[in-house]
Amino acid sequence: MDHSTRAAQFIRNEARVHWHDQALWYVRVKRDKMAQSVPEWENLREIAAQIKAHTMSRLPDYLEMFEENATRLGAKVHWAVDAREHNETVYQILKNHGVRRVVKSKSMLTEECHLNPFLEARGIEVVDTDLGERIVQLAQEPPSHIVLPAIHKKKEEIGELFHRYLHTEKGACDPTYLTEAARGHLREKFLKADAGITGVNFAIAETGGLVICTNEGNADMGTSLPPLHIACMGFEKLIPRAQDLGVFLRLLARSATGQPITTYSAHFHGPRPGGELHIVIVDNGRSQILQKPEFRRVLSCIRCGACMNTCPVYRRSGGHSYDSVVPGPIGSILSPAQDPQRYYSLPFASSLCGSCTDVCPVKIDLHHQLLAWRKELVLQGLIPFPKRLTMKIMGWVFQNTWAYEGAGRLVRWIVPKLPRSVLYNRWNVWGKQRELPPFPKESFREMYRKRRIQESEARNRK
Amino acid sequence: MTSKQTILQAIKKSSPPEVPLPDLQDLGVCYENPEEQFAEVLKAVGGSCFRVKNIEALNRELKNLKFYQNARKIISLLPGVGEPTVDFESVEDPHHLEDVEVAILKGEFAVAENGAVWVTDRGLRHRAIYFITQHLILVVDAHQLVHNMHQAYERLAFTNPGYGVFISGPSKTADIEQALVIGAHGPRSCTVFLVG
Repeated sequence: MDHSTRAAQFIRNEARVHWHDQALWYVRVKRDKMAQSVPEWENLREIAAQIKAHTMSRLPDYLEMFEENATRLGAKVHWAVDAREHNETVYQILKNHGVRRVVKSKSMLTEECHLNPFLEARGIEVVDTDLGERIVQLAQEPPSHIVLPAIHKKKEEIGELFHRYLHTEKGACDPTYLTEAARGHLREKFLKADAGITGVNFAIAETGGLVICTNEGNADMGTSLPPLHIACMGFEKLIPRAQDLGVFLRLLARSATGQPITTYSAHFHGPRPGGELHIVIVDNGRSQILQKPEFRRVLSCIRCGACMNTCPVYRRSGGHSYDSVVPGPIGSILSPAQDPQRYYSLPFASSLCGSCTDVCPVKIDLHHQLLAWRKELVLQGLIPFPKRLTMKIMGWVFQNTWAYEGAGRLVRWIVPKLPRSVLYNRWNVWGKQRELPPFPKESFREMYRKRRIQESEARNRK
Repeated sequence: MTSKQTILQAIKKSSPPEVPLPDLQDLGVCYENPEEQFAEVLKAVGGSCFRVKNIEALNRELKNLKFYQNARKIISLLPGVGEPTVDFESVEDPHHLEDVEVAILKGEFAVAENGAVWVTDRGLRHRAIYFITQHLILVVDAHQLVHNMHQAYERLAFTNPGYGVFISGPSKTADIEQALVIGAHGPRSCTVFLVG
């Protein structure tokens, strides 16, 4: 199923689309306010992009430096080529410690690797502790946004879900009441957990430390009670120096939710006294992206979600329409790199308006990459036949003046004469929700030509 | 070949152009009145800031805080501040901190730009206390206030094992319909005293 088919399901409920659109636009507005309050914002974005580009150019050195320093501090570093090895590694660590209950804080990587079902199938309870993630976990749905996982859910639906699983009052849907119920429920999980699994926002090469940012404090709670902490990271999370965090922490929360900084920005250097820290560094297709010059900048992404909040397509089609772990503009260039056959339609889920590129805190050229992906997908022969054929015909018409003029004349003459049933059929995708405009009698070229003649006649008369 | 070698070799196959590591020297905003800025931002993120001259004044303010008046389980790691009822050092297991209502702890320095306070686990038996307590009170020397995050990192070295966290306000979430709710998993309030 392609993006537009899934989006069509989402937009069936017009009121809901409007609500979703507004909820995300509200976050975008908050982001703007915060960005504008920093006079050196543009400079910060440029520097962040440079730090990331520099890191990519020296990645092997920095990765080895990171491993050396992290090991010196007492952490154990593991490497995983793909999702399978990542999951196996995590499972082995948990098994060796006899872990039965795990609390997990938000990590898009573990979503990408489908760690939860892997561990659950082996008898380990995994509880997502970010409230949004817990909501979608209870609903047995994937997150629809990387920062706001349950943004697609109405509070009434969450109330119902909590009534079923957390025994809240039937019909209760006040966010404060529901959050309080989740607090109680999750506190119990925190206290009973044998291990905490987290993602990583930044890994510092020169110190061997990890930085994890949350608003709820779930990553910190989940790693300061049980003795075992497993942190999972894609290798692109690396930054060279601790001082680079000054740049990234100023950008991250402002871009993500319009906050000056996340409530908790935790720096982990080595394990807790008496505890263990395991760091799993994952490739899972990232090195393939790195080898493509036109697409490698996507690895600079710091997962703020600003491109989703601003995207007119994302806001109106919902995160699930992308059917990928990371939705929105960034997901539309990450996913086809992972599996072009499955995600061929995502780079077309964009108007190429460029708003994503404008807000990206690390200046990824998102809309250029979306366009480049379309070309790549055509070259790979992954575009469905009707689209390929239409593009071929259009290309030929645009290249030949006589065909272009002739086609225009034909359409202007014939369309007004055709009955509705012929015009608005299933092949006219454009006409699904829209009326065709009234067709003009003559084309711009014809009008222009006529005007030129009139003008020269007028001149001659003088 | 180990997975590490496989990954590094795959990365080495690509050769992104060399980009110099930028200099961060000129970055950072300085405020005319950093204390005011700090208090304002902290308030905006759901916390509160008190500027007091000394410990006596701090204790007076403390008694006015409603959650403090009602609290039974209080931890204070600052001598002379508040009236602790729980001996933190004698708690063996961090899980036993579950019912702590108020924790009064030291903040190393504060950041005016974003209302954050830097705290660490240095000499602290259980770092869980920052998150598990119902209400968090951080006491910071007023002279230890930096303008921005760049100045903050100038102060931090990370040469030894340890844990540190910037805390900016109380634990919060907006995961249900973007409605802000204070008190997600961690403290329901975050009060910072700037002393001196």
